[in-house]
Amino acid sequence: MSTPHFDYLDRLEAEAIHILREVAGQFERPALLFSGGKDSIVLTRLAEKAFRPGRFPFPLVHVDTGHNFPEVLQFRDELAAQLGEKLIVRSVEDTIKRQRLREPGGKFPSRNPLQTYTLLETIEEFQFDACIGGARRDEEKARAKERIFSVRDEFGQWDPKRQRPELWNVYNGRIQRGENVRVFPISNWTELDVWRYIQRENIALPSIYFGHPRTCVVLPSGQLLGLNEHLRLDETDEIVERQVRFRTVGDSTCTAAVESDAATIDDIIEDLLSAKVSERGATRLDDNISEAGMEDRKRNGYF
Amino acid sequence: MDLLRFITCGSVDDGKSTLIGRLLYDSDSVSLDVLAALENRPTVHGTVDLALLTDGLRAEREQGITIDVAYKYFTTPRRKFIITDAPGHVQYTRNMVTGASTADLAIVLVDARQGVVEQTRRHSLIASLVGIRHFVLAVNKMDLVGNEQAVFDQIVADYAAVADQLKLPQVTAIPISALLGDNIVTRSKNLSWYTGPSLLEHLESVPAFEEATMGEPRFQVQFVIRPQTDDYPDYRGYAGRIQSGEYRRGDRVYILPSGQESVIEAIEVDQREVESAAAPQAVVLRLTDDVDISRGDSIVPVGSQIHVAKEVEATICWMDERPLWPGRKLLVQHHSAVVKAVVAAITYKVNVRTFGRAATESAQLNDIVGIRLKTAAPLVVDSYQHNRATGAFILVDELSGDTLAAGMVEAMQNSFVPEPLGFTI
Repeated sequence: MSTPHFDYLDRLEAEAIHILREVAGQFERPALLFSGGKDSIVLTRLAEKAFRPGRFPFPLVHVDTGHNFPEVLQFRDELAAQLGEKLIVRSVEDTIKRQRLREPGGKFPSRNPLQTYTLLETIEEFQFDACIGGARRDEEKARAKERIFSVRDEFGQWDPKRQRPELWNVYNGRIQRGENVRVFPISNWTELDVWRYIQRENIALPSIYFGHPRTCVVLPSGQLLGLNEHLRLDETDEIVERQVRFRTVGDSTCTAAVESDAATIDDIIEDLLSAKVSERGATRLDDNISEAGMEDRKRNGYF
Repeated sequence: MDLLRFITCGSVDDGKSTLIGRLLYDSDSVSLDVLAALENRPTVHGTVDLALLTDGLRAEREQGITIDVAYKYFTTPRRKFIITDAPGHVQYTRNMVTGASTADLAIVLVDARQGVVEQTRRHSLIASLVGIRHFVLAVNKMDLVGNEQAVFDQIVADYAAVADQLKLPQVTAIPISALLGDNIVTRSKNLSWYTGPSLLEHLESVPAFEEATMGEPRFQVQFVIRPQTDDYPDYRGYAGRIQSGEYRRGDRVYILPSGQESVIEAIEVDQREVESAAAPQAVVLRLTDDVDISRGDSIVPVGSQIHVAKEVEATICWMDERPLWPGRKLLVQHHSAVVKAVVAAITYKVNVRTFGRAATESAQLNDIVGIRLKTAAPLVVDSYQHNRATGAFILVDELSGDTLAAGMVEAMQNSFVPEPLGFTI
């Protein structure tokens, strides 16, 4: 028997499909958290491979911060329609009103921390027992510690010291009432792997991932932030026109752009191969608050 | 480009995290912003503390030790690597088992000043138990023993006894200094008497995934796809992953444990029909007959030497704080199959220093023991030695859902090997 050759992308893909099917087999009410960003778009492609010609055994769920890029929201709706799958949108705006939360202050009022409230409310509303997310272990050092099936208590909390051992590819999703499991099928992928997969599978993406002219604010760090109505700028802030793209699509008040002419996925991969700054380092303004910033947010239920 | 998963193990302060930091750093895999964050931290040596690249939890940085498994990634032009950084402390042995279970290769780190110690033996035992085939004995901190060849040779000789006892299939010994980068990515002049490969050269050339595609065909159903739409009114596909071997269209197969027989009508990958597929591919199988199949069932070719058993003997690593006593009822999760079971007996305990077996009444946290397990419904298993996929299971607490143990099937009692024609349980 000749041994068929599978390269690393084939292996990562097989692992991710296996994980998605375990979610479908083990849980009553799973959901796929879908932001319209590249990682969750890749998840929908993997779900097609896992469940077609059937429908996805879970809805797509988007926690809308209200600070999203309009191009991404449009893409989100188009993709959900094209897939013929159910899309549930819950908004941080509503949570703020309902729970009388304080809007974030400052010049760059990121709603990222508030997403957790909306996510937990949504989990409760639909009684989701598993939430599939596109997080990757290469993103951040606390994420590098997280299991593929990650159990949360009824308050959505993650306790890194009480993680279940995760052996072989046997995934234990058994939980008690009120608990839920975060599932990360592409844990073992890196940013570059995601892009190479997008390239191989010819996956469509929102336009903001590609180089385009945009009016930007220059931050003291030199980073560029796309100008939008949520920013509270001073007279002295420098506004410039630049050719930029985004490496990640998050809250537009805290997701910086990078200067780039990349017009195709091939160009982006070229860019990445020569990039010397990590995805989060380049683009997120809110992870660097403290060394354990991400760990602390995850403990409280952040994705 | 292929993929190699490896684990680093060894005692506390043997320099595992530093070694990984060094591999990432010297292979140019650390981003500038991450490095800048490290450089801002004061260190004892006045240099960057590479261990901080892996110890990602607050408690780990506070205590300067690794508590839980961390996964790190790097790529060279030849290969993509997934590194599992496992803790060295005895009380985190279960986390080491977690990391070892998915690894193809183990780097066993030894401090050149200490030589082979109890943790070296314990970790080698665990790595060999979970079936890792390739071992690297990395003798670290060679700079602290004057880069003396005699020290290295003595440790290699000491470890040969361990390797012999455990029947380790392949051991490559490399003298290194993780702190200075000697023999990590490139060969070092400081250790000019050593003529073998650097650690990275070895990692790039060791064969990966031999066992995954070899062996008898094994497939377990994870999910039944039944669209029931106008386009697919009668479609019924069995979605799962090929665990080992190769499947071909037209194969005659058994559905186990029920023992029904059918034929593979189609193998689908991403909705395309293919003639054959092999491990580790995720596929959908369709059969010619409308048989009763659900999640957890196995589909294997007629003539397979797989066992259908309601009683198995297994080696387990007990991972719960509360000890295990015979008579304990729990769940066995054998991939997608979950059945109730009772631990009928604890047959022995492995002494991790001598590797000898002794009688025991209970299993405590981190103990490696033999058990006899009776299940409420048949398991479709191979011995772990025969098949790393179908011989592995976990034990789960029915109420809390906690994972209690990692298990490896050693032997089956009162089992059936399905025979062609007329097989019934």
